[in-house]
Amino acid sequence: MTELTDLTIAEARAALDKKEFSAKELAEAHLGAIEAANGALNAYVLATPDQALAMAARSDERLANGEAGALEGIPLGIKDLFCTQGVPTTACSHILEGFTPTYESTVTQNLWNAGAVMLGKLNNDEFAMGSSNETSYFGPAANPWRREGSDAKLVPGGSSGGSAAAVAARLCMGATATDTGGSIRQPAAITGTVGIKPTYGRCSRWGIVAFASSLDQAGPIARDVRDAGLLLNAMASFDPKDTTSVDRAVPDYTAELDAGVKGLTIGVPKEYRIEGLRPEIAALWDKGVEWLKAAGANIVEVSLPHTKYALPSYYIIAPAEASSNLARYDGVRYGLRVEGEDVTSMYENTREAGFGAEVKRRILIGTYVLSAGYYDAYYLKAQKVRTLIKRDFDTAFESCDAILAPATPSPAFAMGEKTGDPLEMYLNDIFTVTVNMAGLPGISVPAGLSSEGTPLGLQVIGRPFDEATMLRAGRAIEIAAGPLARPEDWWSKAA
Amino acid sequence: MSVDRATVHRIAKLARIAITEEEAAKLEGELSGILDWVAQLDEVDTADVPPMTRVEDVTIRMREDKVTDGDIADDIVANAPEADDHYFVVPKIVE
Amino acid sequence: MQDTLEKNELLIEGETGPWEMIIGMEVHAQVTSNAKLFSGASTAFGGDPNSHVSLVDAAMPGMLPVINEECVAQAIRTGLGLKAEINLYSIFDRKNYFYPDLPQGYQISQYKQPIVGEGEVIVDLLDGSRVVVGIERLHLEQDAGKSLHDQHPKKSFVDLNRSGVALMEIVSKPDLRSSEQAKAYVSKLRTILRYLGTCDGNMEEGSLRADVNVSVRRPGDPLGTRCEIKNVNSIRFIGQAIEYEARRQIEILEEGGEIHQETRLFDAKTGETRSMRSKEEAHDYRYFPDPDLLPLELTQGWVDSLAADLCELPDEKRERFIAEFGLSPYDASVLVAEKERADYFEAVAEGRDGKLAVNWVNNELFGRLNKESLGIAESPVSADQLGKLIDLIKDGTISGKIAKDVFDIVWSEGGEPADIVEARGLRQVTDTGAIEAAVDEVIAANPDKVEQAKAKPQMIGWFVGQVMKASGGKANPQAVNALLKSKLGVE
Ligand SMILES: [Mg+2]
Ligand SMILES: [Zn+2]
Repeated sequence: MTELTDLTIAEARAALDKKEFSAKELAEAHLGAIEAANGALNAYVLATPDQALAMAARSDERLANGEAGALEGIPLGIKDLFCTQGVPTTACSHILEGFTPTYESTVTQNLWNAGAVMLGKLNNDEFAMGSSNETSYFGPAANPWRREGSDAKLVPGGSSGGSAAAVAARLCMGATATDTGGSIRQPAAITGTVGIKPTYGRCSRWGIVAFASSLDQAGPIARDVRDAGLLLNAMASFDPKDTTSVDRAVPDYTAELDAGVKGLTIGVPKEYRIEGLRPEIAALWDKGVEWLKAAGANIVEVSLPHTKYALPSYYIIAPAEASSNLARYDGVRYGLRVEGEDVTSMYENTREAGFGAEVKRRILIGTYVLSAGYYDAYYLKAQKVRTLIKRDFDTAFESCDAILAPATPSPAFAMGEKTGDPLEMYLNDIFTVTVNMAGLPGISVPAGLSSEGTPLGLQVIGRPFDEATMLRAGRAIEIAAGPLARPEDWWSKAA
Repeated sequence: MSVDRATVHRIAKLARIAITEEEAAKLEGELSGILDWVAQLDEVDTADVPPMTRVEDVTIRMREDKVTDGDIADDIVANAPEADDHYFVVPKIVE
Repeated sequence: MQDTLEKNELLIEGETGPWEMIIGMEVHAQVTSNAKLFSGASTAFGGDPNSHVSLVDAAMPGMLPVINEECVAQAIRTGLGLKAEINLYSIFDRKNYFYPDLPQGYQISQYKQPIVGEGEVIVDLLDGSRVVVGIERLHLEQDAGKSLHDQHPKKSFVDLNRSGVALMEIVSKPDLRSSEQAKAYVSKLRTILRYLGTCDGNMEEGSLRADVNVSVRRPGDPLGTRCEIKNVNSIRFIGQAIEYEARRQIEILEEGGEIHQETRLFDAKTGETRSMRSKEEAHDYRYFPDPDLLPLELTQGWVDSLAADLCELPDEKRERFIAEFGLSPYDASVLVAEKERADYFEAVAEGRDGKLAVNWVNNELFGRLNKESLGIAESPVSADQLGKLIDLIKDGTISGKIAKDVFDIVWSEGGEPADIVEARGLRQVTDTGAIEAAVDEVIAANPDKVEQAKAKPQMIGWFVGQVMKASGGKANPQAVNALLKSKLGVE
């Protein structure tokens, strides 16, 4: 049955309608793959086979009754940042150990309403803080890809590393993910998958464990652009429970996917050609420009002068918001409690034991930049720079319909390679973080292999709420790049 | 803009995270490194720039004044490390 | 507004000379609303532990605030009632600190840009003096939950029913100079809030509580260091706390000591203030705009429509009562202190003699209500009944004295005053013949007194009394008086 896990969502959905196989069979195929692979990949922190089979059985009923939803019977993995009713949700942090929400996040509820089936909860960096999935309390997820001629485990990126690894290794047909500074696009790029970070406000944040509220956005990771579009169709909605969710109709993101880029103007930001840019990344980017030009797009150079300040201002704003968002993990109402002689020491012991090193680092940075006497110099300054970054994009979009940029500064790196220096790790988000700062949509599309034989992605950035145009450009790159080689299965028990 | 050891302890106290002296020593270097790096923002002239207060161009939505929630005390304390008669229980607070 | 005191009686005499108290208040007033500020849970007082709590109020992971429009409207109404400027653009900030009854680890409040700016409250004191207290600001914020410390020797119990209820924090300028002024200010503020219907003002249930900032100085000196007394929850305690705290500070200063800025707690049992251990640690609230909430933007049109629907406020009502009903400023102040009383009075006075009405309402009715500890809403005598009783006096059907008897009967037995007068034969005798007979009878029976009255005209009062007594109180006193005067030949 391995072929079932190779299908795209669109293919599987059509086959389910034609009764070529059942939702139950499709779920079982994936559960089997998870069972075989998870020991090596650690993509799932929790598999939910009972849930999956029960949901699949209901999907089969609806398929039989002609009541099938857009994602009926499609097995998905859920990043452990999404609260799932009756299913433990930890954000891959010790501090949320044992926490079982009594509620369902809006995004996952939307997916279940469309008929999707939950396979389990996916690994991620603790509280989504990281770019390699190495800060997870449950240990790192591994990239299915390895360097040519090497057995060394590579990181799948982060924070949505489990999502990207599971999609790439066929352990689900698609996955939910979240992106605060690049956490969907960076892991997608280095695992050879497609990841969409929608416009801020497109997907509800209700029920998603918060990292940095003004930056967090949920989105899908899938194996091709169409599947990613199908998932986004279901995930996106206006939600009155999230004041920052936007009351706009959700268009069908797959409707004009194949309209091509003829007549579109694609901007190429000169400031992204940073000093020390890897030649193979630069070459890939150039190739992307040529592909789009060949497909009929008009290419213009655009300027985003404040690009280099995006990452430092992000590392003020995100930790500041996080330091406050994570104050609720105090051992009183849920999760871990480590007793102390009084309330204050109970807090201190709980948070000492419950948070990992990177989370603590960010909480402390965030606490510092908000503290008396420093607010103006750091937080206020960063929010002003953010205005400038947003203005850069507003200006750029006066002369183009979408922007083409690299997704990551490098291909997948080895586990442990960048854990020594936080700053080096932070630089992984250099091409993605601007998009979060400006609240824009971005997509990462596989575009080729690195000199090491591992995937590389290109990023298309869209106008606010113009995911559709962005997806058209992404699809054009996908077509031009051709089918990507797939990683050799070294992870399955049977293999 | 480096932080010293006392500052590390002060902010750890504010953030309610117990840290050992060794951790404080390590954090002193790491936090200083990060703060030195973000200091490059000083290059940007932001004199007449307003801070970003909203990501998307929309205004706040308000709710009607209706009771639509509550009466779920079981759910509220379902995950509590310690609860009694639907109260959360914590070590005694001294005012 | 009063920079230094002109009135010496407000100064406190210390061992080494006079001192002046400087008092400012932060009043937390619970917004009257059905649901909480950022969640749909009920604001009802009491309830089983954690029953009026939503996932948002308990700060479950991933929960988000959505603002209650009515709470915003209430803040605007209050701002208008305080003659304050309404800010069409305001920001919700997070005030970060750890406490078990603060589930999010931050309170959503307003810091640099509150919804209401500067305003004023006019405070009339019993001695007839008036203080205009400046309002610095009013902002919206969340209430915290409640910690119970007496349930267990080593544990505290936390109930989040109050968590997230909307509060208005109303911050005064340091314009108050005595505990009397402070008490009168809070009373007046409470009156205004209750008129507006924006806070029920119930201090026992904690709907209104004050943080009192007290400092002392030598008259004319710059401001001294202040101490903040937290959460004082009755007007009497506010007075006690201020008196104690000012004395404490004066004592320290006179002994050459120094005041440390700190948060203190008022102990109602001892009448003393003491330092709060839990608040000793230096505050650093790390305020920043709440990224879950967009800026609060109001339209002038909405503010105008709320202003148009605003009820008449106590100061305006007082002026109108003086002008329209000819009341004394004192009587008018007594009436408007409670809207229900003012409404009652107005129902009685409408189309009648205002002075007669206010005498009956302020003296007879309020006196009786106070004696029996009843509120105006529980009055056994309705405004309609009292009005009709006054009509009976006015048209001469009964005398004022008989009216008091009728009032007593209505109070204890109910019924229409006119019916009571008829049924019990209390109608005043205006028939001159009958009165004359009674007068003649009394004169004939008391020749000695008649002689005395010629020399001492005040004696006529004694005769009036005798005639009234003989008539069972029903004789018209004016007619009796006139007849006696002419028959006795006195003026
Ligand atoms: Mg205060
Ligand atoms: Zn307050």
